[in-house]
Amino acid sequence: MLKINGIRKTFLPNTPNEVRALREVSLHIKEGSFTAVIGTNGSGKSTLLNAVAGTFEPDAGSIHLNNLDITRWPEYRRAHLVGRVFQNPFAGTAPGMTIAENIVISMHRGKSRGLGTAVTRSVRDEIADRVRVLKMGLEDRLDNPIGTLSGGQRQALTLLMATWLRPKLLLLDEHTAALDPKSAAKISELTKDIVDHEKLTALMVTHSMQQAVDLPNRIIMMHRGNIVEDVHGDQKTRVRVPDLMAAFDRIAKRDLFDESVATLLARQYG
Amino acid sequence: MSLIIGAFTMGLILSLLSLGMLISFRMIRFMDITVDGSITLGASLAAVLISAGWNPWVATLAAMGGGFLAGAVTGLLHARFKIPELLSGILVMTALYSVNLRVMGRSNIPLLDVPSVSAAMETFIAFMSGGAEKINTLGWMISSTDLATFLTTLFICILIGTLLFRFLLTHLGTALRAAGDNAQMVLAQGLNNKTMIIFSLALANGLVALSGALLAQYQGFADVQMGIGMMVWGLASIIIGEALVGKAGLGLAITGTILGTILFRLLIAIALRWGLNPNDLKLVTALFVFAALVAPSWIATLKKKISGGSRYAQN
Ligand SMILES: Nc1ncnc2c1ncn2[C@@H]1O[C@H](COP(=O)(O)OP(=O)(O)OP(=O)(O)O)[C@@H](O)[C@H]1O
Ligand SMILES: [Mg+2]
Repeated sequence: MLKINGIRKTFLPNTPNEVRALREVSLHIKEGSFTAVIGTNGSGKSTLLNAVAGTFEPDAGSIHLNNLDITRWPEYRRAHLVGRVFQNPFAGTAPGMTIAENIVISMHRGKSRGLGTAVTRSVRDEIADRVRVLKMGLEDRLDNPIGTLSGGQRQALTLLMATWLRPKLLLLDEHTAALDPKSAAKISELTKDIVDHEKLTALMVTHSMQQAVDLPNRIIMMHRGNIVEDVHGDQKTRVRVPDLMAAFDRIAKRDLFDESVATLLARQYG
Repeated sequence: MSLIIGAFTMGLILSLLSLGMLISFRMIRFMDITVDGSITLGASLAAVLISAGWNPWVATLAAMGGGFLAGAVTGLLHARFKIPELLSGILVMTALYSVNLRVMGRSNIPLLDVPSVSAAMETFIAFMSGGAEKINTLGWMISSTDLATFLTTLFICILIGTLLFRFLLTHLGTALRAAGDNAQMVLAQGLNNKTMIIFSLALANGLVALSGALLAQYQGFADVQMGIGMMVWGLASIIIGEALVGKAGLGLAITGTILGTILFRLLIAIALRWGLNPNDLKLVTALFVFAALVAPSWIATLKKKISGGSRYAQN
């Protein structure tokens, strides 16, 4: 389904600020699986998702989706196959345009746009029906600019838009992190409903250990541009939040060790 | 009276330029200075083609095509070659100066004794009025040529305004507006942002060139210098339009832009009547746009100071 093979990405190469954000990352994801990506800040989680979404081309390696080599596809073309929800609740919608207009754009994700009227009566009814399911009362506000809605409401709509046309792959990058706890829980639940109902293949970055335990059926942990843990199958069903915390601790200890060794060496040779 | 109908006609003609800038400046938020060159391109193409015996409508359409191309080049420079937007426009505007001289073969082409787009309307009015020089229009005596030009321009403006409104509500038009509102979202929805920018600028400058073609026919000449400062005039018109009717809704934005341009031309006509030196016109316009751009934040700080001051007094 999704096959990431040995991708590498270095930001600002050959400068003092060089960051090796992905070092030979390989990951295969099965159709219909829901994978969480966890890891420390700056470990390369977003970079991994962005590589799949096509924000940049990797320095090395290949990405196949649905048996297509998409490594060199531009971002907008990958959107034919990939639906995305961002961390920033304002990133996924056009604030100055109405709810209906925003959704109508997503109803044609990856298709050509002609000179037909965008928001017709029947399209409006269809949108109202789907939006009603969110139980946010948004079906009565279809002609309001989306910029007037709360972050949680906008994120719910972004999720709806990303999945309106069933994507081959759904990418979620900490899509509940910027919301208040109540909205975050609601979006989390909505995500589960949609992914289950549509049997989507999804890759979700999260900082919430609870979310990583609750929603997906596989967890990968990243650290310094590498995948360091991969929990799936029976192991995943048994895993609990403390287990994940322990994994973080192990990494932290190893880092500490690395650092102390480095300072030792520096003192010795510096 | 001819002063007012003149200002109205001029306002209607230039409102096409403002509508073009509504697309570039307001919708895709691109500070496009190509305008100064593409309005002249429209004027010079129309002048040359009409002088060569082309049907004025066909010549006007061809002029529009020229502007469309010019805008596409600006878009290409920015989207494809990553040149900053202002510089892209400046490059094309500068290049267009030479292009316009080439098109005209000299710096000025007079359009005397040649038909214009209002020829048909003139014939019609002459037929209806039995060939009178002056026509009683709602109680005013207006020369039949002025009336014909005014009505033709009004017709074109209403047509273009309606088409633009309809277009912006289509799938393509919706995508265009979204591209200016949130580029990231547009990419995630599978739209090529760069194509949208190129297309929008082409469309915008097509309208600007249309305005230039009509302007040349109205003034009776095309001049290589006529575009200087046009972009700022367009900006001023859009700002006035927004002050008049607000920005809520596409229909209002389009109507407001047309009304704003007309009002702006009326104000200019009155100011000139009162003795404003025509040479100072561009300075005054620039000052006006400056004031309109900074006024909102000034008012905000002023309000804060006043409320802050009163709080201090209470303590
Ligand atoms: N466009 C960029 N230019 C330069 N460096 C970047 C860029 N994007 C990411 N980086 C760097 O790459 C590293 C990995 O970043 P990334 O955003 O993937 O981390 P993350 O795991 O998503 O972290 P977080 O949990 O904070 O979101 C970081 O050190 C970051 O500073
Ligand atoms: Mg991140």
